Amino acid sequence: MSAAPTVEPAAVASRETRQFAAAFVVLFAAIVVAPFVAYPFFVMEALCLALFACAFNLLIGYVGLLSFGHAMFLGSASYVCAHAAKVWGLDPVLAILAGVACSTVLGFFAGALSIRSQGIYFAMITVAFAQMIYFFCVEAPFTHGEDGIQGVPQGRALGLVDLSRPALLYAFVATIFLFGFLTVYRAVNSPFGEILKAIRENEPRAISLGYRVQRYKLAAFALSAALAGLAGATKAIVVQNASLTDVAFPMSGEVVLMTLLGGMGTLYGPVVGAIVVVSMQNYLAQYGQWVTVIQGAVFVACVLAFRRGIVGEIARALKWTSL
Amino acid sequence: MIFGHVITVQQLFGQLLVGLINGAFYALLSLGLAVIFGMLNIVNFAHGALYMMGAFCAYFLLHEFGLNYWWALIGAPLIVGAFGAVIERVLIARLRGLDPLYGLLLTFGLALVIQGLFQNFFGASGLPYAIPPQLSGARNLGFMFLPNYRAWVIAFSAVVCFATWFAIEKTRLGAYLRAATENPTIARAFGLNVPRMITLTYGFGVGLAALAGVLAAPINQVRPGMGADIIAVVFAVVVIGGMGSILGSIITGFALGVVEGLTKVFYPEASNTVVFVIMAVVLLIKPAGLFGKVA
Repeated sequence: MSAAPTVEPAAVASRETRQFAAAFVVLFAAIVVAPFVAYPFFVMEALCLALFACAFNLLIGYVGLLSFGHAMFLGSASYVCAHAAKVWGLDPVLAILAGVACSTVLGFFAGALSIRSQGIYFAMITVAFAQMIYFFCVEAPFTHGEDGIQGVPQGRALGLVDLSRPALLYAFVATIFLFGFLTVYRAVNSPFGEILKAIRENEPRAISLGYRVQRYKLAAFALSAALAGLAGATKAIVVQNASLTDVAFPMSGEVVLMTLLGGMGTLYGPVVGAIVVVSMQNYLAQYGQWVTVIQGAVFVACVLAFRRGIVGEIARALKWTSL
Repeated sequence: MIFGHVITVQQLFGQLLVGLINGAFYALLSLGLAVIFGMLNIVNFAHGALYMMGAFCAYFLLHEFGLNYWWALIGAPLIVGAFGAVIERVLIARLRGLDPLYGLLLTFGLALVIQGLFQNFFGASGLPYAIPPQLSGARNLGFMFLPNYRAWVIAFSAVVCFATWFAIEKTRLGAYLRAATENPTIARAFGLNVPRMITLTYGFGVGLAALAGVLAAPINQVRPGMGADIIAVVFAVVVIGGMGSILGSIITGFALGVVEGLTKVFYPEASNTVVFVIMAVVLLIKPAGLFGKVA
């Protein structure tokens, strides 16, 4: 936070709230208009992945932990939700909650083991855990291996809202996305979030001030896993299937790309990054593996020359501090 | 019989051999990662892709230039190592002074570019690479057949690993390297050209990956995806062994290959996950890894 020393903290806070609110109006308007401009199912998938990127960004952007295995949360929640909706016949809301519960528990255990290490060591451990979950999903009978879980019923949310109607499904997905997005905003702009940022900036100092940083890190990790699971479970309802794609390593890499491209440590960055990456995949799909090459090149370009990301650069140009 | 099926001696030794072979690749790859990490303080995510390039290099040397396996064994590490040195100079060197996570992200991007390009031109299927005639055939050890080529891979990798350990821990050059790792500023004050050492170290680590690729070419076909498949396991090996420990990564690499092979015999369903389970257990007991000093 780089406010001039003469400005009152309260004034800074209210200015930041106004900036966030202004950007939120733009985001909300975009969500309302998007299904009339683009293919609605594409927008819904993009929203799910945007929420996934927001969850990932909570760790890298605000705690400084780079998870290179976040697909394990997206994918496992997606499988559990699809299984709950199809085999157990649960209400879609309950099925999504089952998925979230699964990813939260997984996040708790994976987090407890990996936060004991830092930096690149942490990143490698998350890669390995995600690979373990991937192989579990390949072998486990309920995931149906290469076929995945197909034909997941959309059903009626809470017995009332018929999700097989595209307009209602869109409203449902948009609501979940906004809930997740505002949860991240609330978490980041709370005393809890301030402590996370303190850990990111100077962990030994945070420890010396008496904070039990491991607990805060674990809480952030579990929250991130829960929101990533929410994204994965919702995606299973939208696309009506759960497959190995969502739990495989390339997905873990993609969410890093989305966040890096959009802007790490900005609230809107992961959303913008996700939309750019998903659109890129969608419109360049005909070029096959060139998409991978382009993604890799974007990665390299971002790291070398563009570390603030799209939203980070915009915020800097506008001299705004809280996007 | 407790596992529900009878295990023959042939099966047991067969999988043990496969395990040792995989262990040799794990050891060479994690050794390269450890060497690079020690000097550059970055995790080289492109390691798998460069391993794949080593295998392709052997394939091209044979089919385009008529240079056989033995030339590839020298040529591929040199070519890929030189490629790595260029990458270090042109791209990675720019990140010095930044958070090491950026090095991880950069090399991950490079891995995507390299792998994507190879997949574009060669598809996902494998290209065959013949075992060199001098090493074809097998010998009967009484309890099992040992293919000559596999024996060669294990012996040769062990020698290369030991030579690398010896060079770093016991020679003057290695002492320079360790000095530059410990304190680059003072090493420079003593007249060592540290940036050049960093470039050469990266080239060397990458060369080890390429060498593993050449060794792997006749066993697992030459495929663009071969690096991506192995990199996560190698990361787990490095985590288990302890970051930056040369000897640790060699021993852990071979040992985990064997454990994986044995798991294939006794409980095949878990053979893909056993390394990661071991990693979780090691992290619980020794967060810094078996041979590491700091987490």
